Amino acid sequence: MAELLIFSERDDLAFELVSKGREFSSALHMKLSAALLGEKIEGKVDEYFAYGAQKVYLGENPALVDFSTDSYAEALYQIGKQNEVKILLLPSTKRGKELGPRVAQKFGAGCITDATGVELKDGNLTISRYSLGGNAVAMQMIKTPLQVITVMPKTFELGAKESKQGEIAKINLDLKAPRTRIIERQQKVGEKVNLEDAEVLVCIGRGLEKKEDLQVIENLAKALGAEIGCTKSLCTDYQWFSEDRLVGLSGKKTGPRLVISIGISGQIQYTVGIRDARITVAINKDNQAPIFAMSDYGIVGNLYDVVPLLTEKLKSL
Amino acid sequence: MNIVVCLKQIPDLVYIRIKDRKPILDGAPLIFGEMDRNALEEAVRIKEKIEGIKVIAVAMGGAKLKEGIKGALAIGADEAVLLTDPLFANSDTAVTAKTLAKAIEKIGGFDLILCGEGSTDNYSGQVGPRLAELLNLPQITYVRKLEISGNKVRAVRNMEESFEVVEAEMPVLVTVANEINQPRLALLKDILKAGRKPVKEFKAADLGLSSDEAGGKGTVTEVLSNLAPEQARKHVVFEGDLKDVVENLVNALTKEGVLGR
Repeated sequence: MAELLIFSERDDLAFELVSKGREFSSALHMKLSAALLGEKIEGKVDEYFAYGAQKVYLGENPALVDFSTDSYAEALYQIGKQNEVKILLLPSTKRGKELGPRVAQKFGAGCITDATGVELKDGNLTISRYSLGGNAVAMQMIKTPLQVITVMPKTFELGAKESKQGEIAKINLDLKAPRTRIIERQQKVGEKVNLEDAEVLVCIGRGLEKKEDLQVIENLAKALGAEIGCTKSLCTDYQWFSEDRLVGLSGKKTGPRLVISIGISGQIQYTVGIRDARITVAINKDNQAPIFAMSDYGIVGNLYDVVPLLTEKLKSL
Repeated sequence: MNIVVCLKQIPDLVYIRIKDRKPILDGAPLIFGEMDRNALEEAVRIKEKIEGIKVIAVAMGGAKLKEGIKGALAIGADEAVLLTDPLFANSDTAVTAKTLAKAIEKIGGFDLILCGEGSTDNYSGQVGPRLAELLNLPQITYVRKLEISGNKVRAVRNMEESFEVVEAEMPVLVTVANEINQPRLALLKDILKAGRKPVKEFKAADLGLSSDEAGGKGTVTEVLSNLAPEQARKHVVFEGDLKDVVENLVNALTKEGVLGR
Protein backbone atom coordinates (compact mmCIF):
# COMPACT_ATOMS: atom_id res chain seq x y z
CA MET A 1 0.00 0.00 0.00
CA ALA A 2 1.26 3.48 -0.84
CA GLU A 3 2.47 5.43 2.17
CA LEU A 4 2.70 8.96 3.44
CA LEU A 5 5.80 9.02 5.64
CA ILE A 6 6.52 11.58 8.33
CA PHE A 7 9.82 12.28 9.98
CA SER A 8 10.82 15.03 12.37
CA GLU A 9 13.77 15.26 14.72
CA ARG A 10 11.37 17.09 17.03
CA ASP A 11 8.42 15.02 18.17
CA ASP A 12 6.14 18.02 18.75
CA LEU A 13 6.46 18.98 15.09
CA ALA A 14 6.10 15.37 13.97
CA PHE A 15 2.75 15.31 15.75
CA GLU A 16 1.56 18.38 13.82
CA LEU A 17 2.46 16.63 10.58
CA VAL A 18 0.88 13.36 11.67
CA SER A 19 -2.32 15.17 12.70
CA LYS A 20 -2.76 16.72 9.25
CA GLY A 21 -1.21 13.73 7.46
CA ARG A 22 -4.21 11.63 8.51
CA GLU A 23 -6.45 13.77 6.34
CA PHE A 24 -4.18 13.49 3.29
CA SER A 25 -3.46 9.79 3.65
CA SER A 26 -7.09 8.76 3.99
CA ALA A 27 -8.17 10.92 1.03
CA LEU A 28 -5.35 9.48 -1.07
CA HIS A 29 -5.88 5.91 0.19
CA MET A 30 -2.43 5.75 1.66
CA LYS A 31 -1.08 4.38 4.90
CA LEU A 32 0.16 7.04 7.33
CA SER A 33 3.58 6.08 8.63
CA ALA A 34 6.25 7.79 10.70
CA ALA A 35 9.93 7.13 11.13
CA LEU A 36 11.72 7.25 14.46
CA LEU A 37 15.47 7.38 14.10
CA GLY A 38 18.30 7.46 16.60
CA GLU A 39 18.47 5.77 19.96
CA LYS A 40 16.00 5.20 22.81
CA ILE A 41 13.12 5.72 20.44
CA GLU A 42 10.84 2.82 21.20
CA GLY A 43 9.15 4.54 24.12
CA LYS A 44 7.75 7.24 21.83
CA VAL A 45 5.81 4.90 19.58
CA ASP A 46 2.47 5.07 21.40
CA GLU A 47 2.25 8.82 21.12
CA TYR A 48 2.76 8.60 17.36
CA PHE A 49 -0.08 6.09 17.18
CA ALA A 50 -2.21 8.33 19.39
CA TYR A 51 -1.93 11.21 16.89
CA GLY A 52 -2.87 8.92 14.05
CA ALA A 53 0.18 7.14 12.65
CA GLN A 54 -0.77 3.67 11.43
CA LYS A 55 2.75 2.38 11.19
CA VAL A 56 5.99 3.44 12.89
CA TYR A 57 9.43 2.54 11.61
CA LEU A 58 12.08 2.15 14.25
CA GLY A 59 15.56 2.75 12.93
CA GLU A 60 18.14 2.33 15.64
CA ASN A 61 21.64 2.61 14.35
CA PRO A 62 24.94 3.96 15.73
CA ALA A 63 25.20 6.30 12.73
CA LEU A 64 21.98 8.01 13.82
CA VAL A 65 22.93 8.89 17.39
CA ASP A 66 23.85 12.45 16.38
CA PHE A 67 21.94 14.19 13.63
CA SER A 68 24.01 14.09 10.46
CA THR A 69 22.23 14.83 7.22
CA ASP A 70 24.39 12.23 5.52
CA SER A 71 23.07 9.37 7.64
CA TYR A 72 19.53 10.63 8.23
CA ALA A 73 18.93 11.19 4.52
CA GLU A 74 20.24 7.72 3.74
CA ALA A 75 18.06 6.17 6.46
CA LEU A 76 14.90 7.83 5.10
CA TYR A 77 15.89 6.80 1.60
CA GLN A 78 16.22 3.17 2.62
CA ILE A 79 12.87 3.20 4.41
CA GLY A 80 11.24 4.87 1.42
CA LYS A 81 12.77 2.48 -1.07
CA GLN A 82 11.87 -0.68 0.81
CA ASN A 83 8.28 0.50 1.16
CA GLU A 84 5.87 2.29 -1.09
CA VAL A 85 6.48 5.80 0.18
CA LYS A 86 4.89 8.38 -2.13
CA ILE A 87 4.87 11.44 0.08
CA LEU A 88 7.47 12.43 2.66
CA LEU A 89 6.59 15.24 5.07
CA LEU A 90 9.29 16.88 7.16
CA PRO A 91 9.23 19.98 9.35
CA SER A 92 10.90 23.07 7.90
CA THR A 93 13.28 23.39 10.80
CA LYS A 94 16.89 23.99 9.86
CA ARG A 95 17.52 20.24 10.04
CA GLY A 96 14.37 19.32 8.17
CA LYS A 97 15.13 21.86 5.50
CA GLU A 98 18.60 20.50 4.76
CA LEU A 99 17.38 16.92 4.97
CA GLY A 100 14.41 17.24 2.58
CA PRO A 101 16.32 18.22 -0.57
CA ARG A 102 19.03 15.66 0.12
CA VAL A 103 16.54 12.79 0.47
CA ALA A 104 14.64 14.09 -2.56
CA GLN A 105 17.82 14.04 -4.60
CA LYS A 106 18.43 10.40 -3.65
CA PHE A 107 15.00 9.56 -5.06
CA GLY A 108 15.33 11.92 -8.03
CA ALA A 109 12.24 13.53 -6.56
CA GLY A 110 10.85 17.03 -6.41
CA CYS A 111 10.87 18.85 -3.11
CA ILE A 112 9.33 22.05 -1.83
CA THR A 113 10.69 23.62 1.34
CA ASP A 114 9.16 26.12 3.76
CA ALA A 115 5.58 25.26 2.83
CA THR A 116 3.13 27.59 4.56
CA GLY A 117 0.17 25.65 3.28
CA VAL A 118 -0.50 22.25 1.76
CA GLU A 119 -3.88 21.46 0.24
CA LEU A 120 -5.38 18.55 -1.53
CA LYS A 121 -6.96 19.47 -4.86
CA ASP A 122 -8.25 16.80 -7.27
CA GLY A 123 -5.99 14.20 -5.75
CA ASN A 124 -2.88 16.39 -5.95
CA LEU A 125 -1.08 18.28 -3.25
CA THR A 126 -0.74 22.00 -3.96
CA ILE A 127 1.83 23.71 -1.85
CA SER A 128 2.18 27.40 -1.05
CA ARG A 129 5.38 29.11 0.01
CA TYR A 130 6.74 32.65 0.00
CA SER A 131 8.65 33.63 -3.11
CA LEU A 132 10.58 36.63 -4.41
CA GLY A 133 11.86 37.59 -1.01
CA GLY A 134 8.41 37.45 0.54
CA ASN A 135 6.83 39.74 -2.05
CA ALA A 136 4.68 36.95 -3.44
CA VAL A 137 3.22 33.59 -2.54
CA ALA A 138 3.90 30.80 -5.02
CA MET A 139 1.49 27.92 -5.42
CA GLN A 140 3.44 24.90 -6.58
CA MET A 141 3.11 21.22 -7.20
CA ILE A 142 5.59 18.40 -7.44
CA LYS A 143 5.63 16.35 -10.63
CA THR A 144 7.57 13.26 -9.52
CA PRO A 145 5.95 10.03 -8.22
CA LEU A 146 7.53 10.66 -4.84
CA GLN A 147 7.07 14.08 -3.27
CA VAL A 148 9.07 15.63 -0.46
CA ILE A 149 7.63 18.62 1.40
CA THR A 150 9.09 20.46 4.35
CA VAL A 151 6.36 22.29 6.24
CA MET A 152 6.80 25.38 8.41
CA PRO A 153 6.11 24.70 12.09
CA LYS A 154 2.54 25.55 13.18
CA THR A 155 1.17 25.35 9.64
CA PHE A 156 -0.98 22.44 10.77
CA GLU A 157 -2.87 22.25 14.02
CA LEU A 158 -2.14 19.54 16.48
CA GLY A 159 -4.96 17.01 16.42
CA ALA A 160 -6.59 15.24 19.34
CA LYS A 161 -4.94 12.16 20.78
CA GLU A 162 -6.84 8.90 20.71
CA SER A 163 -5.85 5.62 22.23
CA LYS A 164 -4.96 3.72 19.12
CA GLN A 165 -2.41 1.13 18.19
CA GLY A 166 -0.57 0.47 14.99
CA GLU A 167 2.08 -1.53 13.33
CA ILE A 168 5.68 -1.34 14.56
CA ALA A 169 8.33 -2.08 11.96
CA LYS A 170 11.90 -2.43 13.15
CA ILE A 171 14.04 -1.71 10.19
CA ASN A 172 17.59 -2.74 9.49
CA LEU A 173 19.46 0.18 8.08
CA ASP A 174 22.74 -0.20 6.26
CA LEU A 175 24.56 3.01 7.15
CA LYS A 176 28.16 4.10 7.02
CA ALA A 177 29.63 6.26 9.76
CA PRO A 178 28.72 9.92 9.13
CA ARG A 179 31.36 11.93 7.33
CA THR A 180 30.79 14.96 9.54
CA ARG A 181 31.62 14.92 13.25
CA ILE A 182 29.92 17.10 15.83
CA ILE A 183 32.65 18.39 18.12
CA GLU A 184 30.48 20.40 20.46
CA ARG A 185 27.22 22.26 20.80
CA GLN A 186 27.32 25.71 22.35
CA GLN A 187 23.86 26.36 23.72
CA LYS A 188 22.57 29.75 22.75
CA VAL A 189 22.16 31.99 25.75
CA GLY A 190 19.12 34.06 26.43
CA GLU A 191 15.68 33.29 27.65
CA LYS A 192 13.32 31.23 25.53
CA VAL A 193 10.61 33.22 23.90
CA ASN A 194 7.86 32.07 21.64
CA LEU A 195 6.83 34.90 19.39
CA GLU A 196 4.59 32.66 17.32
CA ASP A 197 2.22 32.36 20.26
CA ALA A 198 2.37 36.01 21.35
CA GLU A 199 -0.98 37.83 21.45
CA VAL A 200 0.58 41.28 21.40
CA LEU A 201 3.92 42.18 19.89
CA VAL A 202 6.10 45.25 20.01
CA CYS A 203 8.72 45.12 17.28
CA ILE A 204 11.73 47.37 17.10
CA GLY A 205 14.09 48.19 14.25
CA ARG A 206 17.00 50.40 13.42
CA GLY A 207 15.19 53.51 14.59
CA LEU A 208 16.47 52.59 18.03
CA GLU A 209 19.80 54.35 18.32
CA LYS A 210 21.54 52.39 21.03
CA LYS A 211 21.04 49.28 23.07
CA GLU A 212 20.56 51.22 26.31
CA ASP A 213 17.44 52.79 24.83
CA LEU A 214 15.72 49.43 24.84
CA GLN A 215 14.30 50.36 28.21
CA VAL A 216 11.86 52.68 26.41
CA ILE A 217 10.58 49.75 24.36
CA GLU A 218 10.53 47.37 27.31
CA ASN A 219 8.36 49.81 29.25
CA LEU A 220 5.84 49.92 26.42
CA ALA A 221 5.88 46.14 26.07
CA LYS A 222 5.23 45.81 29.78
CA ALA A 223 2.31 48.22 29.66
CA LEU A 224 0.81 46.24 26.79
CA GLY A 225 1.64 42.78 28.09
CA ALA A 226 3.56 42.31 24.85
CA GLU A 227 6.53 40.28 23.73
CA ILE A 228 9.36 42.12 22.03
CA GLY A 229 10.44 41.24 18.50
CA CYS A 230 13.06 42.80 16.28
CA THR A 231 14.25 43.16 12.70
CA LYS A 232 17.16 41.30 11.15
CA SER A 233 19.79 44.00 11.60
CA LEU A 234 19.15 44.28 15.35
CA CYS A 235 19.52 40.54 15.63
CA THR A 236 22.33 39.55 13.27
CA ASP A 237 24.27 42.81 12.79
CA TYR A 238 24.01 44.43 16.22
CA GLN A 239 23.27 41.20 18.11
CA TRP A 240 21.06 42.99 20.63
CA PHE A 241 18.57 40.15 20.50
CA SER A 242 18.67 36.39 20.08
CA GLU A 243 17.24 34.84 16.96
CA ASP A 244 14.18 33.82 18.97
CA ARG A 245 13.07 37.43 18.63
CA LEU A 246 13.74 37.87 14.93
CA VAL A 247 10.53 38.62 13.02
CA GLY A 248 10.33 38.20 9.27
CA LEU A 249 11.30 36.07 6.36
CA SER A 250 14.40 34.65 8.01
CA GLY A 251 12.81 34.59 11.45
CA LYS A 252 9.39 34.11 12.97
CA LYS A 253 6.08 34.45 11.18
CA THR A 254 3.78 35.79 13.88
CA GLY A 255 0.03 36.16 14.13
CA PRO A 256 -0.75 38.38 17.13
CA ARG A 257 -3.96 40.34 17.58
CA LEU A 258 -1.86 43.51 17.74
CA VAL A 259 1.63 44.36 16.57
CA ILE A 260 3.27 47.76 16.97
CA SER A 261 6.26 48.27 14.67
CA ILE A 262 8.56 50.97 15.97
CA GLY A 263 11.44 52.51 14.04
CA ILE A 264 11.06 49.90 11.33
CA SER A 265 11.09 51.07 7.73
CA GLY A 266 9.01 48.11 6.58
CA GLN A 267 11.10 46.10 4.16
CA ILE A 268 9.33 42.98 2.95
CA GLN A 269 11.97 40.94 4.78
CA TYR A 270 10.28 42.11 8.00
CA THR A 271 6.64 42.60 7.00
CA VAL A 272 6.26 38.96 5.96
CA GLY A 273 6.55 38.17 9.65
CA ILE A 274 3.59 40.34 10.69
CA ARG A 275 1.31 39.78 7.71
CA ASP A 276 -1.05 37.59 9.72
CA ALA A 277 -1.44 40.07 12.56
CA ARG A 278 -5.01 41.27 13.09
CA ILE A 279 -4.18 44.93 13.73
CA THR A 280 -0.88 46.52 12.74
CA VAL A 281 0.41 49.84 14.07
CA ALA A 282 3.49 51.73 12.93
CA ILE A 283 5.47 54.45 14.66
CA ASN A 284 8.06 56.00 12.39
CA LYS A 285 9.54 59.45 11.89
CA ASP A 286 9.57 59.08 8.10
CA ASN A 287 6.06 59.50 6.74
CA GLN A 288 7.19 57.87 3.48
CA ALA A 289 8.33 54.68 5.24
CA PRO A 290 6.77 51.60 3.55
CA ILE A 291 5.67 50.31 6.96
CA PHE A 292 2.69 52.69 6.82
CA ALA A 293 1.36 50.85 3.76
CA MET A 294 1.22 47.73 5.93
CA SER A 295 -0.49 49.44 8.84
CA ASP A 296 -3.99 49.91 10.12
CA TYR A 297 -2.89 52.79 12.31
CA GLY A 298 0.19 54.92 12.20
CA ILE A 299 1.89 57.74 14.03
CA VAL A 300 4.48 59.84 12.26
CA GLY A 301 6.94 60.93 14.89
CA ASN A 302 10.17 60.32 16.73
CA LEU A 303 9.90 57.11 18.69
CA TYR A 304 11.70 58.70 21.62
CA ASP A 305 8.83 61.18 21.93
CA VAL A 306 5.92 58.95 20.98
CA VAL A 307 6.68 55.74 22.85
CA PRO A 308 6.95 57.20 26.38
CA LEU A 309 3.71 59.14 25.86
CA LEU A 310 1.97 56.02 24.59
CA THR A 311 3.29 53.99 27.51
CA GLU A 312 1.99 56.55 30.01
CA LYS A 313 -1.40 56.65 28.32
CA LEU A 314 -1.70 52.87 28.35
CA LYS A 315 -0.71 52.68 32.01
CA SER A 316 -3.43 55.18 32.89
CA LEU A 317 -6.18 53.03 31.36
CA MET B 1 43.59 23.41 -3.28
CA ASN B 2 40.57 24.46 -5.30
CA ILE B 3 37.47 26.16 -3.94
CA VAL B 4 34.37 26.27 -6.10
CA VAL B 5 31.83 29.00 -5.31
CA CYS B 6 28.33 28.69 -6.74
CA LEU B 7 26.63 31.92 -7.73
CA LYS B 8 23.17 32.64 -9.06
CA GLN B 9 22.21 35.83 -10.79
CA ILE B 10 18.88 37.18 -9.60
CA PRO B 11 16.94 40.43 -10.04
CA ASP B 12 17.57 42.94 -7.28
CA LEU B 13 14.32 42.66 -5.34
CA VAL B 14 14.58 46.23 -4.10
CA TYR B 15 13.26 47.17 -7.55
CA ILE B 16 10.25 44.84 -7.49
CA ARG B 17 6.87 46.40 -8.17
CA ILE B 18 3.47 44.85 -7.57
CA LYS B 19 0.67 45.55 -10.02
CA ASP B 20 -2.69 43.81 -9.69
CA ARG B 21 -0.97 41.42 -7.28
CA LYS B 22 1.53 40.48 -9.99
CA PRO B 23 5.20 40.92 -9.17
CA ILE B 24 6.95 42.93 -11.90
CA LEU B 25 10.70 42.76 -12.19
CA ASP B 26 11.23 44.51 -15.53
CA GLY B 27 14.29 46.65 -15.48
CA ALA B 28 15.49 45.40 -12.08
CA PRO B 29 19.29 45.17 -12.16
CA LEU B 30 20.73 41.67 -11.88
CA ILE B 31 22.88 40.89 -8.88
CA PHE B 32 24.27 37.81 -7.18
CA GLY B 33 22.26 36.50 -4.24
CA GLU B 34 23.16 37.97 -0.87
CA MET B 35 24.48 34.74 0.62
CA ASP B 36 26.16 33.79 -2.65
CA ARG B 37 28.22 36.93 -2.12
CA ASN B 38 29.00 35.77 1.42
CA ALA B 39 30.21 32.45 -0.03
CA LEU B 40 32.47 34.23 -2.51
CA GLU B 41 33.83 36.55 0.16
CA GLU B 42 34.60 33.57 2.39
CA ALA B 43 36.45 31.78 -0.41
CA VAL B 44 38.55 34.87 -1.06
CA ARG B 45 39.32 35.25 2.66
CA ILE B 46 40.49 31.63 2.81
CA LYS B 47 42.67 32.27 -0.23
CA GLU B 48 44.19 35.31 1.45
CA LYS B 49 45.11 33.23 4.49
CA ILE B 50 46.34 30.03 2.86
CA GLU B 51 48.78 29.83 -0.02
CA GLY B 52 48.14 27.95 -3.22
CA ILE B 53 44.37 28.26 -3.34
CA LYS B 54 42.45 28.76 -6.53
CA VAL B 55 38.90 30.13 -6.36
CA ILE B 56 36.64 29.16 -9.23
CA ALA B 57 33.26 30.86 -9.52
CA VAL B 58 30.55 28.82 -11.20
CA ALA B 59 27.70 31.13 -12.07
CA MET B 60 24.30 30.61 -13.58
CA GLY B 61 22.31 33.37 -15.22
CA GLY B 62 21.33 35.13 -18.40
CA ALA B 63 23.30 36.91 -21.10
CA LYS B 64 24.17 39.79 -18.74
CA LEU B 65 26.21 37.41 -16.61
CA LYS B 66 29.27 38.03 -18.80
CA GLU B 67 29.37 41.55 -17.37
CA GLY B 68 28.15 40.58 -13.92
CA ILE B 69 30.84 37.97 -13.37
CA LYS B 70 33.49 40.69 -13.49
CA GLY B 71 32.36 41.78 -10.06
CA ALA B 72 33.09 38.31 -8.69
CA LEU B 73 36.46 38.16 -10.43
CA ALA B 74 37.33 41.63 -9.18
CA ILE B 75 36.66 40.58 -5.60
CA GLY B 76 39.13 37.73 -5.94
CA ALA B 77 37.83 34.72 -7.86
CA ASP B 78 40.67 33.47 -10.08
CA GLU B 79 38.54 32.11 -12.86
CA ALA B 80 34.91 31.65 -13.75
CA VAL B 81 32.65 29.19 -15.47
CA LEU B 82 29.43 30.63 -16.81
CA LEU B 83 26.22 28.69 -17.33
CA THR B 84 24.31 31.05 -19.59
CA ASP B 85 22.90 28.69 -22.21
CA PRO B 86 19.28 29.76 -22.87
CA LEU B 87 18.45 26.08 -22.45
CA PHE B 88 19.18 26.52 -18.72
CA ALA B 89 16.41 29.12 -18.35
CA ASN B 90 13.53 28.36 -15.96
CA SER B 91 15.47 25.73 -14.04
CA ASP B 92 14.05 24.71 -10.68
CA THR B 93 16.34 23.84 -7.79
CA ALA B 94 16.69 20.21 -8.87
CA VAL B 95 17.78 21.09 -12.42
CA THR B 96 20.01 23.87 -11.13
CA ALA B 97 21.77 21.40 -8.83
CA LYS B 98 22.12 18.88 -11.65
CA THR B 99 23.57 21.50 -13.99
CA LEU B 100 26.00 22.74 -11.33
CA ALA B 101 27.05 19.18 -10.50
CA LYS B 102 27.84 18.43 -14.14
CA ALA B 103 29.78 21.68 -14.48
CA ILE B 104 31.75 21.06 -11.27
CA GLU B 105 32.55 17.50 -12.35
CA LYS B 106 33.78 18.85 -15.66
CA ILE B 107 36.02 21.35 -13.88
CA GLY B 108 37.24 18.54 -11.60
CA GLY B 109 39.76 18.61 -8.76
CA PHE B 110 37.72 20.53 -6.20
CA ASP B 111 38.28 20.33 -2.45
CA LEU B 112 35.68 22.69 -1.09
CA ILE B 113 32.39 23.84 -2.56
CA LEU B 114 30.83 26.96 -1.08
CA CYS B 115 27.21 27.98 -1.62
CA GLY B 116 24.89 30.43 0.08
CA GLU B 117 22.48 28.67 2.45
CA GLY B 118 19.67 29.95 0.26
CA SER B 119 19.03 32.36 -2.57
CA THR B 120 17.72 35.84 -1.85
CA ASP B 121 14.73 35.37 -4.13
CA ASN B 122 13.21 32.06 -3.12
CA TYR B 123 15.37 30.94 -0.22
CA SER B 124 14.46 27.31 -0.73
CA GLY B 125 17.88 26.11 0.46
CA GLN B 126 17.81 23.13 -1.85
CA VAL B 127 20.73 23.60 -4.21
CA GLY B 128 23.45 23.01 -1.60
CA PRO B 129 22.11 19.70 -0.22
CA ARG B 130 21.11 18.44 -3.67
CA LEU B 131 24.53 19.29 -5.08
CA ALA B 132 26.24 17.55 -2.16
CA GLU B 133 24.18 14.43 -2.81
CA LEU B 134 24.90 14.47 -6.55
CA LEU B 135 28.64 14.80 -5.93
CA ASN B 136 28.50 12.34 -3.03
CA LEU B 137 29.92 14.84 -0.55
CA PRO B 138 29.18 15.49 3.10
CA GLN B 139 27.35 18.77 3.65
CA ILE B 140 27.76 21.35 6.37
CA THR B 141 24.98 23.93 6.25
CA TYR B 142 24.16 27.27 7.96
CA VAL B 143 27.84 28.01 8.58
CA ARG B 144 28.73 31.22 10.39
CA LYS B 145 32.43 30.51 10.90
CA LEU B 146 34.78 28.41 8.80
CA GLU B 147 38.37 27.32 9.39
CA ILE B 148 40.57 25.22 7.17
CA SER B 149 43.60 23.38 8.44
CA GLY B 150 45.34 20.84 6.27
CA ASN B 151 42.71 18.59 4.80
CA LYS B 152 40.12 19.41 7.43
CA VAL B 153 37.35 21.96 7.75
CA ARG B 154 35.97 23.06 11.06
CA ALA B 155 32.72 24.94 10.91
CA VAL B 156 30.36 26.59 13.36
CA ARG B 157 26.76 26.10 12.31
CA ASN B 158 23.97 28.37 13.43
CA MET B 159 21.19 26.04 14.49
CA GLU B 160 17.95 27.00 16.24
CA GLU B 161 18.98 26.12 19.77
CA SER B 162 22.76 26.04 19.58
CA PHE B 163 25.90 26.79 17.68
CA GLU B 164 27.15 23.44 16.49
CA VAL B 165 30.86 22.91 15.88
CA VAL B 166 31.40 20.36 13.13
CA GLU B 167 34.44 18.87 11.46
CA ALA B 168 34.86 17.02 8.20
CA GLU B 169 37.59 16.04 5.80
CA MET B 170 37.60 17.61 2.39
CA PRO B 171 36.13 17.38 -0.15
CA VAL B 172 33.05 18.83 1.45
CA LEU B 173 30.20 21.17 0.55
CA VAL B 174 29.56 24.09 2.88
CA THR B 175 26.61 26.48 2.78
CA VAL B 176 27.18 29.80 4.49
CA ALA B 177 24.88 32.01 6.55
CA ASN B 178 24.61 35.73 6.06
CA GLU B 179 26.49 36.54 9.26
CA ILE B 180 29.70 34.71 8.25
CA ASN B 181 31.24 37.89 6.83
CA GLN B 182 30.62 41.30 5.34
CA PRO B 183 31.32 40.99 1.63
CA ARG B 184 33.67 43.62 0.23
CA LEU B 185 32.68 45.78 -2.69
CA ALA B 186 34.46 45.37 -6.00
CA LEU B 187 36.71 48.30 -6.87
CA LEU B 188 36.38 49.80 -10.31
CA LYS B 189 40.06 49.27 -11.11
CA ASP B 190 39.72 45.60 -10.21
CA ILE B 191 36.59 45.25 -12.33
CA LEU B 192 38.53 46.67 -15.29
CA LYS B 193 41.38 44.22 -14.68
CA ALA B 194 38.95 41.31 -14.17
CA GLY B 195 38.46 41.13 -17.93
CA ARG B 196 41.85 39.45 -18.16
CA LYS B 197 40.97 36.53 -15.91
CA PRO B 198 39.96 33.26 -17.61
CA VAL B 199 36.23 32.85 -18.16
CA LYS B 200 34.78 29.71 -19.73
CA GLU B 201 31.25 29.03 -20.82
CA PHE B 202 29.61 25.61 -20.63
CA LYS B 203 26.56 24.95 -22.78
CA ALA B 204 24.01 22.23 -21.99
CA ALA B 205 25.61 20.04 -24.67
CA ASP B 206 29.06 20.48 -23.06
CA LEU B 207 27.60 19.02 -19.89
CA GLY B 208 25.87 16.14 -21.63
CA LEU B 209 22.45 17.59 -20.90
CA SER B 210 19.84 17.23 -23.63
CA SER B 211 17.28 19.95 -24.22
CA ASP B 212 14.71 17.75 -22.42
CA GLU B 213 16.87 17.52 -19.31
CA ALA B 214 18.04 21.12 -19.02
CA GLY B 215 16.17 24.16 -17.73
CA GLY B 216 12.40 24.37 -17.67
CA LYS B 217 11.91 21.06 -19.44
CA GLY B 218 13.83 19.11 -16.82
CA THR B 219 12.03 20.49 -13.78
CA VAL B 220 10.42 18.30 -11.14
CA THR B 221 8.23 21.03 -9.70
CA GLU B 222 5.70 23.33 -11.31
CA VAL B 223 4.67 26.83 -10.32
CA LEU B 224 0.89 27.18 -10.61
CA SER B 225 0.71 30.83 -9.61
CA ASN B 226 2.92 33.47 -8.07
CA LEU B 227 1.00 36.43 -6.69
CA ALA B 228 1.43 39.03 -3.99
CA PRO B 229 -0.84 38.23 -1.05
CA GLU B 230 -3.87 40.43 -0.65
CA GLN B 231 -3.39 42.98 2.09
CA ALA B 232 -6.26 45.07 3.27
CA ARG B 233 -5.12 47.49 5.94
CA LYS B 234 -6.88 50.61 7.18
CA HIS B 235 -4.03 53.12 6.66
CA VAL B 236 -5.20 55.57 9.30
CA VAL B 237 -2.34 57.91 10.14
CA PHE B 238 -2.76 60.20 13.14
CA GLU B 239 -1.13 63.60 12.89
CA GLY B 240 -0.88 66.76 14.93
CA ASP B 241 -0.13 67.32 18.61
CA LEU B 242 1.56 64.16 19.92
CA LYS B 243 -0.59 63.98 23.04
CA ASP B 244 -3.76 63.97 20.92
CA VAL B 245 -2.23 61.59 18.45
CA VAL B 246 -1.39 59.06 21.16
CA GLU B 247 -4.85 59.43 22.64
CA ASN B 248 -6.46 58.86 19.23
CA LEU B 249 -4.39 55.74 18.70
CA VAL B 250 -5.27 54.30 22.09
CA ASN B 251 -8.96 55.02 21.47
CA ALA B 252 -8.80 53.30 18.09
CA LEU B 253 -7.05 50.26 19.55
CA THR B 254 -9.59 50.07 22.36
CA LYS B 255 -12.41 50.10 19.81
CA GLU B 256 -10.69 47.32 17.89
CA GLY B 257 -10.66 45.31 21.10
CA VAL B 258 -6.95 44.55 20.89
CA LEU B 259 -5.87 46.10 24.18
CA GLY B 260 -6.03 44.45 27.58
CA ARG B 261 -5.27 40.87 28.38
